[in-house]
Amino acid sequence: MLEVDAITAGYERHKPVVRGVSLTVRPGESVGLLGPSGCGKSTLARVAALLHRPDAGRVVVDGTAAAGWRHRAPRAQRTAFGVVFQQPRLSADPRLTLSALIAEPLRANGRADEVPEKVRESAARVGLGDELLGRRPHEVSDGQLQRACVARALILEPRWLVCDEMTAMLDASTTAALVRVVEDYRADTGAGLLAVGHDKALLTRWCDRTVHWSELEA
Amino acid sequence: MTDAATRPADAATTAPVLDVRGLSVRFRMRGERYVRAVTDAHFTLEAGQRLALVGESGCGKSVLASALLGLLPENAETAGSALLGDGTDLLAADERTLARTVRGRKVGLVPQSPAAHLTPVRTIRSQLEETVRELLRTPRAAVRKAAEEAAGRASFPADHLDRYPHELSGGLAQRAATALALIGDAPLLLADEPTTGLDRDLVEHTVDELARHTGSSRALLMITHDLAAAERIADRIAVMYAGRIVEICDAEDFFGARGPRHPYARGLLNALPEREFAAIPGMPPELGALPEGCAFAARCGRASEACRVQPPFADLLACHHPVSDRPAADPADPAEALEAEHA
Repeated sequence: MLEVDAITAGYERHKPVVRGVSLTVRPGESVGLLGPSGCGKSTLARVAALLHRPDAGRVVVDGTAAAGWRHRAPRAQRTAFGVVFQQPRLSADPRLTLSALIAEPLRANGRADEVPEKVRESAARVGLGDELLGRRPHEVSDGQLQRACVARALILEPRWLVCDEMTAMLDASTTAALVRVVEDYRADTGAGLLAVGHDKALLTRWCDRTVHWSELEA
Repeated sequence: MTDAATRPADAATTAPVLDVRGLSVRFRMRGERYVRAVTDAHFTLEAGQRLALVGESGCGKSVLASALLGLLPENAETAGSALLGDGTDLLAADERTLARTVRGRKVGLVPQSPAAHLTPVRTIRSQLEETVRELLRTPRAAVRKAAEEAAGRASFPADHLDRYPHELSGGLAQRAATALALIGDAPLLLADEPTTGLDRDLVEHTVDELARHTGSSRALLMITHDLAAAERIADRIAVMYAGRIVEICDAEDFFGARGPRHPYARGLLNALPEREFAAIPGMPPELGALPEGCAFAARCGRASEACRVQPPFADLLACHHPVSDRPAADPADPAEALEAEHA
């Protein structure tokens, strides 16, 4: 269970962008969170993925309250999440090849010995071939780079996926392909999903249930 | 302020606003290699028309837009012509002509990433005022008001005018960029992915505004990967794949019962969550290593021996095995079923 409980969060003192929002995702469930731009849904997604420290409230991951955020989160909690952001260009180190990019979470967790096998496995999931894996971000399209970002998010086999506007930059076919990748992964592993976005048609088709931001605000 | 609807109908001239013939762009790379980003594109745009150029990322559609604005990098080589209504060839014009008489005045650009398009160290007000002064020669005393009106036309909130680009949400940055593009009152509006990252309401608002600003006297070329936005705004759809326009079709036919004729265009449409939500298998070929024949053949269920030869673009279609003109064999519209389910 992923419980986001009465979260208040923001970036400036006394100016919270999220006020007292609660949301629960059951194991294996996929929840679509809909809301207009600038409503705070991405901030909530970052809090839920332990990437942003809230001003108040708590996040409970599989029964254990989050003990810290970002690098202060305990490794076991931090690696329970796979996160995919909207803009692959901003979430990919331009100096890394796609294969090094996909391998980053393994190296960061002292599991470099598993890199060759896991990268091959994860790249195959998203349909990236050897030729593309040797390239750097500026040599591939947005769609190809986002595939690599999804492979990176899945490589530690997280129990929870947080996809923040994962497909907003992508064409219809690449969108359908990446949603299929996420859903196949979830079918294999039973991972839960929080998908944040503004595309109602997409999230209704993709997720078990959708909630609108306006229903969450206290 | 003048508005598209109230302007005198200078559309009486017969020349189209934009006439693109055989436009090709290739990039020269190291080792005598070429990346063919756009190959032999043909289309025209009349005043009042709204054409959406759709295709997946990396298919060459943004390069086509850059070519029309003379914004290609040094290593680009172009062929063909792109004539404006007054005879200016956008591909042949020199930088001085483009900078002084074309950009902003004859072609207005609504850019792909407003965050990068806007000057980061100056407020939106200052950028609007500069553009008003440069393009309209507005007297100094009236500049402030004209800039505020320009912001208002693109629904940019007046109380955000004194903010810097990094202080704006993606949606507001897009509106600021749209406001800038509209100031020069150019006959051709070129919108390069104007709705990326905006939520559905804002997408609809943005494209409705673009449609309104296009009116009957201007033409709009919108480059997008968002088929829903294309459906809302365009009267014609051009589908691009691997650098080529493979089909041009009335929007009504494209989204309606007939559907597109090119298998790629069909696949793209069927990938929508409102439809089958099924991806086209595989990925597009590299523009630097295009196959000999039809570039879509490797992903196409209808491909045959004939597809080893590049199909010519004839009758607004480039395909050896187009889908025939019959209503889609899909009795229950999945979009409607979905609507009903969630009603």
